[in-house]
Amino acid sequence: MTELLVGTKKGLFVLEGEPGGELEVKARAFAGEPVEYAMRDPLTDRLLASVTSAFYGPKIWYADDPAGEWEQAGGVALPEGGGAALERIWTIVDGEGDGDRALYAGGDPGVLFESRDGGASWELNRALWEHPTRPGWQPGGGGLCLHSIVPWPDDPDRLAMGISAAGVWLTEDGGSTWRQGNKGLVARYVPEESREETTALCVHRLHRAPRRPERMFMQFHGGVYRSDDAGESWTDIGAGLPSDFGFPMAIDPADPDSAYVIPLAADMDRVTPDGRVRVYETRDAGESWTERGDGLPQENAYLTVLRHGLDRRGEGPELELYFGTTTGEVFGSGDAGASWFGAAKHLPPVYSVRATR
Amino acid sequence: MALVRLRGPLKRLAGDRSEQSVEAGTVCELLRRLEREHPAVDGWILDERGLIRRHINVFVNGECVREDAPVAVDDRIDVLPAISGG
Repeated sequence: MTELLVGTKKGLFVLEGEPGGELEVKARAFAGEPVEYAMRDPLTDRLLASVTSAFYGPKIWYADDPAGEWEQAGGVALPEGGGAALERIWTIVDGEGDGDRALYAGGDPGVLFESRDGGASWELNRALWEHPTRPGWQPGGGGLCLHSIVPWPDDPDRLAMGISAAGVWLTEDGGSTWRQGNKGLVARYVPEESREETTALCVHRLHRAPRRPERMFMQFHGGVYRSDDAGESWTDIGAGLPSDFGFPMAIDPADPDSAYVIPLAADMDRVTPDGRVRVYETRDAGESWTERGDGLPQENAYLTVLRHGLDRRGEGPELELYFGTTTGEVFGSGDAGASWFGAAKHLPPVYSVRATR
Repeated sequence: MALVRLRGPLKRLAGDRSEQSVEAGTVCELLRRLEREHPAVDGWILDERGLIRRHINVFVNGECVREDAPVAVDDRIDVLPAISGG
């Protein structure tokens, strides 16, 4: 049985079912509210959701039963009396380790929170908040969003993060210090003479290959990249895609050479190219890409998939993939992308998909 | 003391009471006192900067005001979500 947590413009939908057919809506929470992201902590089974009420601001909530009572987490705010307010929580990620391991939450304006009690209370990472380069950070179209937090297997002190549009950030001391890892990224949206120096680096999504943790993949704002040195430097691997613009990305944890992307036509035309919905897969670390569209709409389908709209469950030949669209459809694959089925339709615009069980 | 009227989730967070009596000289002071009395309200009306959230309207005796508006004894303060959304 697969469980999908689907964050939408109008609430959280919990879907359940077997791969191959439409999943059943088992619960809906936060009716009418934008749910940016939801996850289930694998250690405690607790559900956590980030909700940004248009009226009451961003909050993190947690519950053991999605249909039951949700509790508001504490500490999800910037320092009082400053010049900034928390705009949104973009992602929630479980860290490495067992007993004392952290949960992380990333948000706008480029902020990281950490929880040591399973998500009930959160603390702002001060080193990133007070980083001397922060005044020069520029927001992307979705704000100054810290959207990707990538732990290192078995080493809780090592993290990589992606911020749009402030690039890649790395720590090896549990977040006490941060440095950038942007070598090789090319910001085609700034003049050529500014590209070497610019820090306005619009990372769209970041993943690490857990069986070879120095291997990372990135969907950039124009460009798909691979790093073989833990995010220090990046190589463009976008050749062979119909477009190297897009937002979401996934990997098969069993294969460090694997990555999946869903290209959109262009920066100025953020829909699936040519009216065809296709996922592209590489199994050779980006040397080549294979189109995976069997079962997906191939005519007059101009869909948009947001950065957290794609997720996976399992690995290897039984890898399941799921993605949701801003037109409220969810598609799934139970065979690593070889074939696809409709998993849900008629939902509100999908912000995020998380396959949890 | 001024009378504060709350609805929906704000009422629930404020001890499930739709009307509260609060003594304060300005709207900001009144909302901060409300937060202190009902910590669950913290962050729901004012943001970290002490500003009323963009889509919340605060009325004093029917007039939509900002944080620094004065509040007098017997004033009636309504805290309402704005008409917005999509």
